[in-house]
Amino acid sequence: MTPPLPSPATAAIVLPIVLPALTAAVMVLAFRHRRAVQRILSVGAAAALLAVAIGLYAVARDGDVAPYYLGHWPAPFGIVLVLDRLSATMLVLTAALGLAVAIHSLGGWDARGRHFHPLLQFQLMGLNGAFLTGDVFNLFVFFEGMLIASYGLMLHGGGPRRLTAGLSYVAINLTGSTLFLFAVGLIYAVTGTLNMADLAARVATVAPGDEALLRTGALLLLVVFGLKAALVPLHWWLPGAYGAAAGPVAALFMIMTKVGAYSILRVYVLVFGADAGAVAGLAAPYVLPAALATLVVGAAGVLASRTLAALACFAVVWSMGSLLVAFGLFDHAGVAAGLYYLVHSTVAGAALFLLVDVLSPLRGRAADRIVPTPPLPSAALFSGLFFVAAIAVAGLPPLSGFLGKLLVLDATGAAPGAAIVWTVLLGTSLVVILGFARAGSTVFWKTRPAPAAAAGPAAAARPRGGPVAVCAALLAATAALALFAGPVTAELDATARQVFDTAAYRRAVLPPQAAAAAPGAAAAEATP
Amino acid sequence: MELLVAASIGILTAVGVWLLLRLHSFPVIVGTIFLSYAVNLFLFAMGRLAIDQPPIVDPAVTAYTDPLPQALVLTAIVISFGMTALIVVLALRAFLETGTDRVDGGRDEPPTVADRAGERL
Repeated sequence: MTPPLPSPATAAIVLPIVLPALTAAVMVLAFRHRRAVQRILSVGAAAALLAVAIGLYAVARDGDVAPYYLGHWPAPFGIVLVLDRLSATMLVLTAALGLAVAIHSLGGWDARGRHFHPLLQFQLMGLNGAFLTGDVFNLFVFFEGMLIASYGLMLHGGGPRRLTAGLSYVAINLTGSTLFLFAVGLIYAVTGTLNMADLAARVATVAPGDEALLRTGALLLLVVFGLKAALVPLHWWLPGAYGAAAGPVAALFMIMTKVGAYSILRVYVLVFGADAGAVAGLAAPYVLPAALATLVVGAAGVLASRTLAALACFAVVWSMGSLLVAFGLFDHAGVAAGLYYLVHSTVAGAALFLLVDVLSPLRGRAADRIVPTPPLPSAALFSGLFFVAAIAVAGLPPLSGFLGKLLVLDATGAAPGAAIVWTVLLGTSLVVILGFARAGSTVFWKTRPAPAAAAGPAAAARPRGGPVAVCAALLAATAALALFAGPVTAELDATARQVFDTAAYRRAVLPPQAAAAAPGAAAAEATP
Repeated sequence: MELLVAASIGILTAVGVWLLLRLHSFPVIVGTIFLSYAVNLFLFAMGRLAIDQPPIVDPAVTAYTDPLPQALVLTAIVISFGMTALIVVLALRAFLETGTDRVDGGRDEPPTVADRAGERL
């Protein structure tokens, strides 16, 4: 009963993990001190990763759920990677963001410390693994891979502020990892499996006495994912960590919060979803209220921010709130809307972080603080870019943020408590718009005359073309996301439908007998 | 034995959590170490407590202990060991660069005049 050998298309499922891992290893071992070679390899590998991810998306698009059995071990026993439309979407998004960050870092960030490019590649490996794996313990391992690289990246560039923030970031994530292990232990103790498809088949048949343990494990897991997704009250680490990190690193971290949201979606639809018997719909009562609180805290933070980096961080917290309001519905419309918002908020948030990073050195001693400064060189370009980024992040027409918000509002319209959700979403949107308007007008319009002596540093720092072009490209991507909203939402709609077709996932991953033990399939088996 | 294992996991966790909530980096690090010990023991116990039973197939025996938790706990130990080493180095660097070992980057109150006067007495 060994599974069939993979075809060339399904064998490529392992590439998004192997390619960055090998690139990083080669860079560290062979080109340790040769930054020029590292740069070529890193950008080349990121571009190749994007090509692979797009190819895999094409595979996922016209095929079923495609498993890849590592070491050719059959499903519940070995580790399995699973490619479906959802994981392929996340792979494409990760690879695109990775490429943008790799190119942006060539503007100087990668030279301000060692090993930027290898760490970037290791981080991409961990992210891709987390999106592909079909095993809960393997998810933990890839979380750790991703986090270890992120610790290095978080500290990139050094300095006291980054070290202090990094220490808290590492400590809180270590605690999160410990909780993850407790949760995995509880789930394994009760069900005897960690394969997600197998778990989905078994949670419904857990003995009544073990139900409390399973429930505890599942909710501990929600705490871990909520921590990653910066869900209130587990969001306090984010502004400190992202605000202290280097610009390109913070931009890359945009996808890290999405890993938490992805994991919530995957685990609480597939494993603890509608078929889970006594533990069905376990996360639903918690995610939506927490997401609403996240919206409020994020918006308040945006309004209270004194630096552009803090502004961007709280905008991230707020956008995670909007995203999880949609995911928190745990229905088809909510997930489709949430996925659109996920793609949009990743791209727009990354653009904002990169823009702040380009802008800060030009402002001399003011750096990214929201205070009036002498007029900037090429102020029109930067104020224009900031204006577009603010429109995208805050969700004003005509960019994708507006459409994303509209889709989320539309999805929540029929849900119970829609009045509260709409009030909070629209009210906090207004607050975020005010926050961005205040920051933009202070930074770009309230100029003060340059003191004669201090004109030197600000004038000496010239904007570099490459990083600015990357910001502009990301902002153009949000515009494209709005322009092609029709085809994109049609794709994401199909993705959401596949997410909820958990029976197909189990059939694809497990061998026929084990899949038949699943509650949905058991009835079909009994009829003939 | 169940009581002993359960109690030790509980005590280790409680100690870990308490230390984790301290203000200075050294207790926080020790707290994460205690928590990782607790979780390692917990993972061992998740395959149920079994004495004198082999984890590997042997024609002479009929009862086995669950081998998977042992594999999992090995992974968990490797990761938590590496992470502990990292956070120790990080805390040292942060102390050397900022001159304080407080996790919030703040400073402890400098000794007041009254304290100094007390020292002299």
